[in-house]
Amino acid sequence: MRLAIESLSVERGGRLVIAGLTVAAKAGTALVVTGPNGAGKSTLIRTIAGLLPLAAGSIRLEGGDPELTVAEQCHYFGHQDGLKTALTVKENLAFWRDFYGRPALSVIEALEVVGLEHLSELPAAYLSAGQRRRLSFARLLISHRPIWLLDEPTSALDAGSEVRLIDCVNDHLVSGGLVIAATHAPLTFRARESLALGHVVAEASP
Amino acid sequence: MKPLAALFLREWRLSTRVGGGALMGALFFLIVVTVIPFGVGPDLKLLARIGPAILWIGALLATLLSLDRLFQADRDDGALDLLMMGETPLELVVVVKCLAHWAATGLPLVIAAPFLAVFMNLDPPAIGATVATLLVGTPALTFLGAIGAALTVSLRRGGLLSAILILPLTTPVLIFGVSATTAAVTEPTPFLAPFLILVALVLFSLVVGAIAAAQALRLSAN
Repeated sequence: MRLAIESLSVERGGRLVIAGLTVAAKAGTALVVTGPNGAGKSTLIRTIAGLLPLAAGSIRLEGGDPELTVAEQCHYFGHQDGLKTALTVKENLAFWRDFYGRPALSVIEALEVVGLEHLSELPAAYLSAGQRRRLSFARLLISHRPIWLLDEPTSALDAGSEVRLIDCVNDHLVSGGLVIAATHAPLTFRARESLALGHVVAEASP
Repeated sequence: MKPLAALFLREWRLSTRVGGGALMGALFFLIVVTVIPFGVGPDLKLLARIGPAILWIGALLATLLSLDRLFQADRDDGALDLLMMGETPLELVVVVKCLAHWAATGLPLVIAAPFLAVFMNLDPPAIGATVATLLVGTPALTFLGAIGAALTVSLRRGGLLSAILILPLTTPVLIFGVSATTAAVTEPTPFLAPFLILVALVLFSLVVGAIAAAQALRLSAN
C-alpha cells in the first residue's frame, strides 16, 4: 500500500499554504511531517482527510480499497477530540465503533490499551485533558482503517501515555498500516521518513 | 443501517441529557401560545378562528429556534470532521440528525398541542386536525431548518440569522398546514387536498434539506 501525493497545492484564505508538494508514504513506515507554526502541517493532514479542497494535484492510495475514497480509509486524530461530554466514556467510543464499521478491538479492549477501562461508565465531562486525548486516540483502535493521520498526537499526554501511544502506532505499522504524523516532538516510530515543510532550514551557526 | 441507528441513538441521548435542551422547544411553544390569548383578548370566537394558525406559528418558531445547535455542537468539538470521514453519505447523516432532533423536540410539541388547543377554544375536530397536520408537517420545518443550521454552522450566534434565512422557505408548509386544519372544520372545503400537499412538501423538504445542508457543511469545513 502506498499513499501518493502528487504536485499538491492547497489554498487557505486566498494564500497558497502548500504549493506543488510531491511525497509518498509507504505501508509500514511513518511519514513524520515537521515544520514551524504555519508551515502547513495541519493543512496537509486535513487535506488528506478530505476536509479541505485541493487547489491542484492529486492524492491517491495505491493498493487500498477501490470502493472507498482516501478519506474513508483514514483515521484522523486532530487537535479536537470529538468527544461528547454528556455521554459516558464507553458510549463515546461505542458510537464511533458502530458508525465507522469494520470493527477491530472491542470498546473495552481499546479502553484497556489506553488505560481508561476503570472510567468506562464516567461521563466524558469529568476526564482530564490527557484522558480525553487518550479516549480520542482509542477511536483509532476500534475500527480498522489503514491510514492514521496524527496531528500533534502527543500533546497533553504524560510520558507513560506517550510511550503507549507510540507502541500503538508501531503495532499499526507492523501490521502493514500507514501513518502520517505532524509533530514538533521527536517521536520514536520504528520506521520513519521525514518531510520538512516551510522554511525550516535552520540558519547554520558558524 | 447500523451506523445510522448508532447515530440516531447518540443524538437522542445527547438531546435528552443535561444541556441537550430536548424540552426547550416544547416549553417555548407553550409560552408563545399561552401569551397570545392575553394579547388578543377574551373573544372566544376570534380565538377559535385564529387558533390553528397560532399553534402552527408557535410550532414554526419553536422548531427553528431550537435548531441552531444541530450541527454547531459537532463542529465545535471536532465530531463533524469525523462524521464527514465516515462511509455513510453526509446527506443520510443530516437526515438522521434531523429525525432524532424532531423526535426529541418536535414530537413533544405535537403531544403538547391538543392541550394548548383548549386554550385557543378549539373544538375537538379542529384539535384533531391541528395535531394531525402538526404531526405530519413539523418534520418539514426541521428539514428546512437544517439548511439554515448548516449555513450558519461556523457563525457564533447564528440562530437568529438561520431563522431569518429559513422562515421564508417555510411559508408553503405553514399555508398548507393551516389551510388543511381550517378545511377540516369548514364544511364544503375538502381536508384531503391541502393535507396531501402538506405531505408532499414534507417529502420535498426532506430531499432538498438533506442535499443542501450536506453541501453547506462540506463548504464550511474549509
